[in-house]
Amino acid sequence: MSLQSFLSVFRRGTLFPFSPSFVELERAKFQHIPQTSPAIMAFKQILSRALRSRPDQILSSPSAFSAARAFSSAPITATLFPGDGIGPEIAESVKQIFREAEVPIEWEEHYVGTEIDPRTQSFLTWESLESVRRNRVGLKGPMATPIGKGHRSLNLTLRKELNLYANVRPCYSLPGYKTRYDDVNLVTIRENTEGEYSGLEHQVVRGVVESLKIITRQASLRVAEYAFHYAKAHGRERVSAIHKANIMQKTDGLFLKCCREVAEKYPEITYEEVVIDNCCMMLVKNPALFDVLVMPNLYGDIISDLCAGLIGGLGLTPSCNIGEGGIALAEAVHGSAPDIAGKNLANPTALLLSGVSMLRHLELHDKADRIQKAVLETIAEGKYRTADLGGSSTTSDFTRAICDHL
Amino acid sequence: MARRSLPNLLKRLSFTAAPPRSRTITYMPRPGDGTPRAVTLIPGDGIGPLVTNAVEQVMEAMHAPVYFERYEVHGNMKIFPAEVVESIRRNKVCLKGGLITPVGGGVSSLNVHLRKELDLYAALVNCRNMPGLPIRHEKVDIVVVRENTEGEYAGLEHEVVPGVVESLKVITKHCSERIAEYAFEYAYLNNRKKVTAVHKANIMKLADGLFLESCREVAERYPAIAYNEIIVDNCCMQLVSRPEQFDVMVTPNLYGNLVANTAAGIAGGTGFMPGGNVGADYAVFEQGTSAGNVGNDKIIAEKKANPVALLLSSAMMLRHLQFPSFADRLETAVGRVIAEGKCLTKDLGGDSTTQQVVDAVIANID
Repeated sequence: MSLQSFLSVFRRGTLFPFSPSFVELERAKFQHIPQTSPAIMAFKQILSRALRSRPDQILSSPSAFSAARAFSSAPITATLFPGDGIGPEIAESVKQIFREAEVPIEWEEHYVGTEIDPRTQSFLTWESLESVRRNRVGLKGPMATPIGKGHRSLNLTLRKELNLYANVRPCYSLPGYKTRYDDVNLVTIRENTEGEYSGLEHQVVRGVVESLKIITRQASLRVAEYAFHYAKAHGRERVSAIHKANIMQKTDGLFLKCCREVAEKYPEITYEEVVIDNCCMMLVKNPALFDVLVMPNLYGDIISDLCAGLIGGLGLTPSCNIGEGGIALAEAVHGSAPDIAGKNLANPTALLLSGVSMLRHLELHDKADRIQKAVLETIAEGKYRTADLGGSSTTSDFTRAICDHL
Repeated sequence: MARRSLPNLLKRLSFTAAPPRSRTITYMPRPGDGTPRAVTLIPGDGIGPLVTNAVEQVMEAMHAPVYFERYEVHGNMKIFPAEVVESIRRNKVCLKGGLITPVGGGVSSLNVHLRKELDLYAALVNCRNMPGLPIRHEKVDIVVVRENTEGEYAGLEHEVVPGVVESLKVITKHCSERIAEYAFEYAYLNNRKKVTAVHKANIMKLADGLFLESCREVAERYPAIAYNEIIVDNCCMQLVSRPEQFDVMVTPNLYGNLVANTAAGIAGGTGFMPGGNVGADYAVFEQGTSAGNVGNDKIIAEKKANPVALLLSSAMMLRHLQFPSFADRLETAVGRVIAEGKCLTKDLGGDSTTQQVVDAVIANID
């Protein structure tokens, strides 16, 4: 990126509207650069990159400025994992729609290998992971976990290697697809690395098992920071922390303390704490009461699936995993449905909406809005619906209908 | 003696109001079964005193052979007073309002403490659609049997180093076995067709794996009852989309809390679902689920708490004490009040006070 274009971007004055973008903040933390003014920070980044031992990065990489990405005309490279089963079909659908909408993204496709890569201890190759680390964004389709021993599960590999610490699931009712709940509009943000899922269990004596639940200040602060940042960036008004601190006083108490600390830095966002049993009850009675929910791992798992159930199931729910350094891996959380693979019957909605949340992370808001609107309108119209939504269209018909709506 | 209020008299005079009485076949009591039984009553905090008072009034009106020994316990006490525990041990049955547990205050929950003290290892919540309740889900008839003493509520937490806290979840074969036994026995005695075990054994392989193993062993002893297993996140998703597939659910402690509150919410609200805690020797009845059982200040001030859950729990208590016809009358009366829909409390969108609901129930007792 030439010096002229760099300066012109600053002159436009729209580079940093309110505060440095989240990715910049993350980068600053990651590279131990103290937070200074955005312009100086960006300049320091160029300098530090130029002085580091990978001189090709500053010249060839289109993502030299993550914040400038939204305004550069060079396409953004993103990793795509089509996955198994219906994965390739719906990934094809997504690519077609993104092409029609003229989204400046170039896809780098990677597939799950057929043998274990010793460098990653799983079926995902080192190259795939490096690709995500390099591109900083990715889209993942459903992957069937191969059965067997001697390897880590695919999701676990991705989570550990890319340090994905927050799982974001925006749940909103799709107009036109009638479920029992019509007014759902909430986002669940779940801590993804520790809590009850640390996997630390042991048998004390025969017939007695202990399982450890770990909560650390660092992880709780990290996810709370992301939750409040997300709320601010997307214009959300309220963040609710979900806990069971009346029983688990030290663990959930620590989580709440961290949330409170972060809440003080964002006085314009209302912060509340809700006990998980109240939360479950309120969600099934009146989901409109909630806005953004931030939770530790186990509660997050259950509540985010509950919210997915409220809007119609996992086949319609987008999801995005956020990692250290501003990595975002959007994924479709449904299964790979091997029984309908290859028959052009799959519903690409989940992967599409996940792609939309990926675009929002990249701050390509207008493109994201366009595609989301097209998807919602197509489903609302009801003429083209795939089998799981009660219609009889094929994937290609559905895709074409969305392209027409763009 | 029923109160001779005007609406009551008019009802007795009119021939169209009350539905025809159907006499159910009762059991044959032994001489002396009608002596009044003592029941420990703990009003509790928040809306507790209001709703337990409601129960007392209704019992009075029905002349049920029950008398209450009242004890004041509040959530901020350090331990359960010995005399209260002594009384429960003597009477074997207790009716309790909610106790507030201070959040993160370093005071452990008295509710949990009582359950461990008396070894009330099963918590039952009965979630069922009632005509008159505004609901989105039909055909809900779920009983959640929740392990009440161990699991995540063992209360064993410590700070490893500053900023890192550990909490132990303990699962033992003994407790898992007896809760599975209770669930299947409950299903057998109440003519239920299916028991579902809720778990997260794909992640917590040893802990929930042990729970599942115990459930499977017990399931083999009840071949007439169908048994299946479901992962807790899928379970919550299915509860909000297709709740009719569940019948009796047996769960460890934490998942039971979530599942019970979700099931109660879809069946009509936690203010309506009865439940209780039972052990080998003692039984404590309270509002089925813990959400909202202490209410908030506004409801307390306006005295608009919902007494239905505790009234139905006291009907369960009457059956436990072997007074089935009193229990039937109470349940029918409550059912009529809800179906009529004229006396609705805040959580149903109405505006009645607790006293008005109690009066309506008393008026409807035949």
